[in-house]
Amino acid sequence: MAKKRTIRTIPQERTPVAEQDPGERIRNFDEVSHGYGKEEALVEADRCLMCPEQPCVAGCPVGVNIPAFIQKVTEKDLRGAYDVITTTNLLPAVCGRVCPQETQCEGVCTVGDTLEPVAIGRLERFVGDMAIAAGWANVPYIEPSGFRIGIVGAGPAGMACAADMAKAGCEVTVYEAFHQSGGVLRYGIPDFRLPNEVIDAEMGNLEKLGVHFECNTLVGRLFTIEQMIDELGFHAVFIGTGAGYPNMLGVPGDSLNGVLSANELLTRCNLMHAREFPNYDTPMPPARHVAVVGAGNTAMDAMRVCLRLGAEEVSCIYRRSRAEAPARAEEVHHAEQEGIRFKWLTNPVAVLDDGEGGVSGIRCVRMELGEPDDSGRRRPVPVAGSEHDIEVDLVVVAIGTNANPIIGQTSKLALNKWGYIETDEDLVTSMPGIFAGGDIVTGAATVIEAMGAGRKAARNMRRYLGIRDADAPYRASGADTLFGIDLRERNFVRIQTST
Amino acid sequence: MDKIRTRRRPPAADGAPTEMDSDQRSKFEIVAREDFSDATYLLEIYHPLMAKAARPGQFVIVMAHEHGERIPLTIADYDRDEGTITLVIQAVGKSTREMQQICTVGHCLHGMVGPMGMPSEIGQGQKVLCVGGGLGVAPIYPQARGFKENGASVIAVLGFRTSSLIFWKEKFESCCDEVIVCTDDGSAGLEGRVTEGMRLALEKHPDIDECVAIGPPVMMQGAAEMTRPQGIKTMVSLNPVMIDGTGMCGGCRVKVGDQVKFACVDGPDFDGHQVDFGDLMARLSRFSDEEKAAMQRWSEHCRMAQQPDGLETPPTAPEK
Ligand SMILES: Cc1cc2nc3c(=O)[nH]c(=O)nc-3n(C[C@H](O)[C@H](O)[C@H](O)COP(=O)(O)OP(=O)(O)OC[C@H]3O[C@@H](n4cnc5c(N)ncnc54)[C@H](O)[C@@H]3O)c2cc1C
Ligand code: SF4
Ligand code: FES
Repeated sequence: MAKKRTIRTIPQERTPVAEQDPGERIRNFDEVSHGYGKEEALVEADRCLMCPEQPCVAGCPVGVNIPAFIQKVTEKDLRGAYDVITTTNLLPAVCGRVCPQETQCEGVCTVGDTLEPVAIGRLERFVGDMAIAAGWANVPYIEPSGFRIGIVGAGPAGMACAADMAKAGCEVTVYEAFHQSGGVLRYGIPDFRLPNEVIDAEMGNLEKLGVHFECNTLVGRLFTIEQMIDELGFHAVFIGTGAGYPNMLGVPGDSLNGVLSANELLTRCNLMHAREFPNYDTPMPPARHVAVVGAGNTAMDAMRVCLRLGAEEVSCIYRRSRAEAPARAEEVHHAEQEGIRFKWLTNPVAVLDDGEGGVSGIRCVRMELGEPDDSGRRRPVPVAGSEHDIEVDLVVVAIGTNANPIIGQTSKLALNKWGYIETDEDLVTSMPGIFAGGDIVTGAATVIEAMGAGRKAARNMRRYLGIRDADAPYRASGADTLFGIDLRERNFVRIQTST
Repeated sequence: MDKIRTRRRPPAADGAPTEMDSDQRSKFEIVAREDFSDATYLLEIYHPLMAKAARPGQFVIVMAHEHGERIPLTIADYDRDEGTITLVIQAVGKSTREMQQICTVGHCLHGMVGPMGMPSEIGQGQKVLCVGGGLGVAPIYPQARGFKENGASVIAVLGFRTSSLIFWKEKFESCCDEVIVCTDDGSAGLEGRVTEGMRLALEKHPDIDECVAIGPPVMMQGAAEMTRPQGIKTMVSLNPVMIDGTGMCGGCRVKVGDQVKFACVDGPDFDGHQVDFGDLMARLSRFSDEEKAAMQRWSEHCRMAQQPDGLETPPTAPEK
């Protein structure tokens, strides 16, 4: 290898990425960021110090071996880089685009102490895109284990669990309520951030692993979780149904026709192609002046979708300040570039009726930050006498979601007091053989955390079924063994031989 | 159109397969169709697993083709032996008219998911009034049958616009103690709306202790008002605009008492005396402009592409 890199010798500036011009892009649904080309990727890869202590790996919820894949990029071995990433992360092109890197790997990158951190996300996306373009897929030799695994929900959590169980030789079926797989990646995150082709390509790799998909299947109602084990013959089940149920504002005027959840807006636009109405049958509500309440990723997506559908003015109404906005930093930045009007420290108190069942405006109060609350963020309190009206014809609500009730309604699984599925650390639910993870356990979180949960559940599921982990050390340090078998492998008497 | 019934028999005597994987037949295949009038038609769709799971009061969401909308339709009946789900559809908007054209026997829907929603509670009423208006006549049938099986005495009030639109009268007669038909124009049965029939029934049977009403919102509202004075428990089945049907979008929210409920997961059945029908009707008109535009555009296409049998796939449908 060339001379050792130090913070002084590496390229000092973070390599910029080409983006569509804001004025141009608000008129189309094409991707905002063009991503790195080969030259740019090589320059950026040279900024990595290959730290022996690897803080970035610890910062990644699935522990991608970041320096190792960046090393491969510097060696121009992109296939090698892809192989490194996909040993832990199934969807590099997706994650490179949607992970909140600034609070994960890039947030703890050593270079970031002095300069801007290594653009790990962009490099990961570059490698993922290369793999898609070249049609690479890592399909290992799989020895059938004879087990059948049912997965409920085709979002990131379910996908990750499905892939790992398929690699462990299980026959995996994924049930999805919608007519297409992908979960939030498909119905929530719009094309300009995550094009459908990227989802299709990376999800397609699951089919190559032999994973079978059953869409249009509402588990709980068509058959219950219990029936999956008792009647459909699954040896274990993973539930990754996400956090659906959107919160509404709960203020007067909430049920007016011009008020809808961001989930509804985004599902109409993305999954149902309402932006191509009337070529597709699903319509979109007309929107000239839009207020979006909330400042998470969902809110940013909703605002930017409205702009692209031709809204003249889109405002973001958020009761805290920019520093507390939960969206990815890049999304807030892009939204600002595109001309979204941010009204920080503002809270809606009523939606105003236009007299015909529609919306004529939204009444807000200004807020100021008081004492920190349970989440450690300073609690916003209303400023007396600061009521003011903003003229809008559409109000989009993106203030978080609750647990989807269907699995709870139809099974005996223990739920916590908010209705999320209760699990222990190993993602084991109250029923034997049933695991759960992702947003339905933690509440709305991130794609990569959901994938991390899916992988963790798969690890414990294999242990439950007595499938030996090929990639784990033969004897985990400190673990008790019996006849050479890890005692933590629950139920190891159930080891089956393939038929 | 005549009341022609077409049916395709399943290829093998396979009973009702318990597993989807073993289901070799095309998915969501239409195995029978019956036209009740030139606007109302019945489809039987092959889905053995769903036929096993369905309960009265539940609904499905169908997509007729890849570019289609997701439309909620109440399950009008199910046949566990044949493995079919029965839907009765009224061609009102663009999507349902298009379905009327393309959904012939042998055609497969792009998607059908369900059974959705909470099953109706077949209550402990001893004398039950089942009120169906127009299309609501179909989904009230499994409820009437359910009550009868529970040992209740069942009186059905069925409302239609005119005599030529009447369907399933015999089906009701076979499971009800009394059937009152009303037509708006008096061309059959009682003249007037279902509320006239209800009045008659309530006068004749002061001991009616439960009521179920399904139909257009105005009709359900009227029915709920009829029973309010006596405080007779009255359940209605709401039909707001839906997308996912899984509680994910909130598009189907309705006001019940002082609460907001999502009809797809909390309902679709609610206490008729608590439902805010004004709110429901306002919300149903959410996309009326877009629907009108789509309808008009589609009719024009149909006129232009007019085929002798009128069954040609319209240009808006995807290429096969
Ligand atoms: C608009 C939006 C933007 C976001 N942006 C980002 C971002 O930039 N970065 C990031 O990291 N995170 C983002 N998130 C959060 C992230 O998408 C989620 O945390 C993640 O998708 C959760 O994955 P999951 O697998 O748990 O659930 P989901 O992705 O919600 O998938 C659950 C799936 O299960 C299906 N399902 C539900 N119930 C049933 C049932 N009963 N039977 C069968 N199937 C069922 C659903 O239809 C769905 O497809 C965003 C979320 C939204 C809504
Ligand atoms: S912390 Fe930053 S510099 Fe160090 S190995 Fe990770 S990416 Fe490279
Ligand atoms: S239809 Fe979307 S929540 Fe009910």
